[in-house]
Amino acid sequence: MKKTITGLMLSLWAGFAPAQDVTVAWLEIARDVPPTLSNLDPIPDDLGHAGVMTALADNQTTGRFLGQAWQVEAHRVALGEDPGPAAEAAFAAADFVIVDAPAEALLSIAALDGAAGKLLYNSGAGEPALRDDLCRANLLHTLPSTAMRTDALAQFLVRKRWDDVVMVAGGHPGDQAYAAAMERSLAKFGLRLSARKEWRFDADMRRNAAQEVPLFTQDFGQYDALIVADELHDFGRYILFNTWEARPVIGSEGLQAEAWGPAVEQWGAAQLQSRFEEAHGRRMQPRDYAAWAALRAIGEAVTRTKAADAATVRSYLLGPDFELAGFKGRPLTFRGWNGQLRQPIPLLHPRALVASAPLEGFLHQRTELDTLGIDAPETRCTAFD
Amino acid sequence: MIRITALTLLLATSGLGHGALGDEIWVSNEKDDTISVIDIETLEVVRTLDVGERPRGITFSKDYSVLYVCASDSDTVQVIDPESGRVLHELPSGEDPEQFVLHPDDRHLYIANEDDAITTVVDTETRRVVAQIDVGIEPEGMAVSPDGKIAITTSETTNMAHWIDTESQSLFANTLVDSRPRHAEFIKEGTELWVSSEIGGTITVFDVATQAEITKIDFAVDGVHPDRVQPVGFEMTKGDTHAYVALGPSNHVAVVNADTYEVEDYILVGRRVWHMDFNADRSLVFTTNGVSGDVTVIDVASRKPIKSIKVGRFPWGAAFRPTS
Repeated sequence: MKKTITGLMLSLWAGFAPAQDVTVAWLEIARDVPPTLSNLDPIPDDLGHAGVMTALADNQTTGRFLGQAWQVEAHRVALGEDPGPAAEAAFAAADFVIVDAPAEALLSIAALDGAAGKLLYNSGAGEPALRDDLCRANLLHTLPSTAMRTDALAQFLVRKRWDDVVMVAGGHPGDQAYAAAMERSLAKFGLRLSARKEWRFDADMRRNAAQEVPLFTQDFGQYDALIVADELHDFGRYILFNTWEARPVIGSEGLQAEAWGPAVEQWGAAQLQSRFEEAHGRRMQPRDYAAWAALRAIGEAVTRTKAADAATVRSYLLGPDFELAGFKGRPLTFRGWNGQLRQPIPLLHPRALVASAPLEGFLHQRTELDTLGIDAPETRCTAFD
Repeated sequence: MIRITALTLLLATSGLGHGALGDEIWVSNEKDDTISVIDIETLEVVRTLDVGERPRGITFSKDYSVLYVCASDSDTVQVIDPESGRVLHELPSGEDPEQFVLHPDDRHLYIANEDDAITTVVDTETRRVVAQIDVGIEPEGMAVSPDGKIAITTSETTNMAHWIDTESQSLFANTLVDSRPRHAEFIKEGTELWVSSEIGGTITVFDVATQAEITKIDFAVDGVHPDRVQPVGFEMTKGDTHAYVALGPSNHVAVVNADTYEVEDYILVGRRVWHMDFNADRSLVFTTNGVSGDVTVIDVASRKPIKSIKVGRFPWGAAFRPTS
């Protein structure tokens, strides 16, 4: 804990001592993202990083009154490069590393020697296995797992009594993983998946959707809702309004369950949205939110414990006193058995918030938030015991 | 009887004036850009005034001759003649004024600028900004001590009460509270400061002389998960013996004994209860319920809700006005 002159003066002025320097590393591993049919939704270059920068400003403002000085050091790894050196540089610079990486790279980073004694935050990978059999004690997750998102939608289906559903799944591994999580959620909440079809078209659906999609969905017969598993947002948008039967579409398109979205404006969220937009010139996305939550959680822990080492922060974050005001209507905490940030999951369409899971009536002995995702009795994670 | 009320309403809405049947509660409707005026004797809305965009904090001058309204999205504080309902003029307020407090000198408004992390001090006579003080992220709760020497701003994301010396207009202390502080009040002749924390679910009580924490008040409503018990606005009964505390989405108001700091009662009200005010003798309290769009009237003696009054969309603040 270095004392800087400005920090010291500030702390005397504010009646606090001692001054603290806190450095957090941002580690971003580029992903191989195939092209999509539509050009409407470019992936921002600063996805995730913009969330960290918003949280940095929040922490700095609070830190002013407490004699804390906050810095973020960014490390980026290009496609095809070994993430090892950048990760080691991040570990050398900071006790806390927020990582936006595909699951495989994330695991290899968390297993490096340099990662021992550090605290890593996963803000970019939704794979449930990272929170389950592949979990690691030094890795917390602020991005909700895919299972939390599909559980949120399943609760909505139950609530609406749309209990006979069909699914169209894309061929990308991400689509298949989403479909698998959805099948698990449907079983968990007692819903019936009466048919599943794989999307195998390679025509340009911008021209053909009106001809192809009705035929493709005709043999589904009668059902209550159609689930789309298209995490790349490639073909799903062309399913809407083109199905043979007039039915709602949910999943990766239509009604979506995400950590965050532009339509989240209740619970003071409009303030975070406008701070973010003003600083970065675009809307805040789920990975931005997860990165923001990671740095804010560190900020909260440092402020409350007055310590800035990984061990103290980790035990505070996983303990009973931590709570993060995450603009989702109730305090956010970490699950002690796998390091996942507990959080409500907004159910959104592009223009409005439809509901917020957990939905009323889904009860749990600890907190209703644990009706979403992998619960303690079913976890295969043992690293947190 | 019905005819008289209808006539009153007609006169009121046609802008010809209003039959002053009794004292009034003024309610700002955040999502309607209006103020609903409730007659305390009839417990009915007798007037609806158009104001600036997204009205939230409202307060009267000490002699009730003018009403101040934070028109948050118009980035201004409007000064309104309560008789005619006309906007007399606007005060510079800094961006996005959310909540404010009138200094005991009846002249200076201390305004929380939610989007700018600033507290703005405005002179209502010269209509000029006299100071801007940097505070934490999302300032909201505002209070000033009865002797006028200390002003408080609470910041929702920084989770602090910022103590402002009103003579130098600068901070002299910053004290941490639980998550998302929303409202602050000086009580017991300014010896204690109470700060509610919405997400933390507590009220922190400070000793004003030392700025040290005396205690924390917790809340627990039967059948409601603790996460949903979110203290927001609160007001004191006569003699500061009890606090009535709005508990947000738990849809309850807590009655707290201010001497023992124990919660004595929970009263069911409308949805997402936010702020409140009392009538003249403090025998009735009027709570604003944002989600249900109504005001619950609670009888203080029996601690029972006696009526719900429909107002505009998202009622936010409430302010008492005597008419005689």
